[in-house]
Amino acid sequence: MSDPIEKVSIIVSKGSLEGVYPALIMANGARAEGIEANLFFTFFGLDVVHRSTIDHIKVATVGNPGLHLATMAGGLPGVSSVMTHYLEKKMEKLDIPPIHEFVEMIADTGAGIYACKASTDLFELTEDDLIEQVMDIITVGEFYSLAAGGEIIFT
Amino acid sequence: MSTATATYAGTTVAVNDEGFFEDPSQWTEAMAPEIAREQGIDELAEPHWQVIKFMRTEYAEKGTGPTVRVLGKTSGVSIKQLYQLFPKGPAKTAAKIAGIPKPRGCI
Repeated sequence: MSDPIEKVSIIVSKGSLEGVYPALIMANGARAEGIEANLFFTFFGLDVVHRSTIDHIKVATVGNPGLHLATMAGGLPGVSSVMTHYLEKKMEKLDIPPIHEFVEMIADTGAGIYACKASTDLFELTEDDLIEQVMDIITVGEFYSLAAGGEIIFT
Repeated sequence: MSTATATYAGTTVAVNDEGFFEDPSQWTEAMAPEIAREQGIDELAEPHWQVIKFMRTEYAEKGTGPTVRVLGKTSGVSIKQLYQLFPKGPAKTAAKIAGIPKPRGCI
């Protein structure tokens, strides 16, 4: 049998619902298996740890062929909201928590939650703009130190 | 999955290759401390038992062990505390100690 994975560090670079959930599920799932986990939010992934956007993460309905929706239809006002609402209802039935609750839950599991310094500088954000679960704003070098000895997953 | 056996509290029981009970009815409370020690938990305190009993009840009612989210919401033990009690994963470890199958959820 191969050596078990003992640590994962997951980078979240996207701010769409379908871009965010896989990372959250992987981080939470790692902790559930007793694996150490860190989440590093960068670029538009910062929306997930930003107080004013965390409750407004939406499905990308444009440029998302997986939805099998005509591109022009996906761009109509409200389509993204309707699609997001639809998926949220489905997930609720499957006991998948809403993003905000999920992030709080992952923090409670003991996973590390970090924001990327280059991105917070770019979007002119400070720690006050971020949810309290964010442990620190760190540089890429600090991220590599945290991730040392484990697997790195980019999403 | 292949079947093996393990002996807890002087009784031989069937377990799968990950050490989960094949037949939850073979489990007794006296076995729990020994299984817990194998999982690195030296002593089962009151909150451990609260979780273990909750796992048994949920399994008896629903046929599957609860997820960590359900445990945190309904067992009376918070998620933070669950991970302190069962550092190697609450749902998985508590299911093993409670003699029920490993919960198969992604959350």
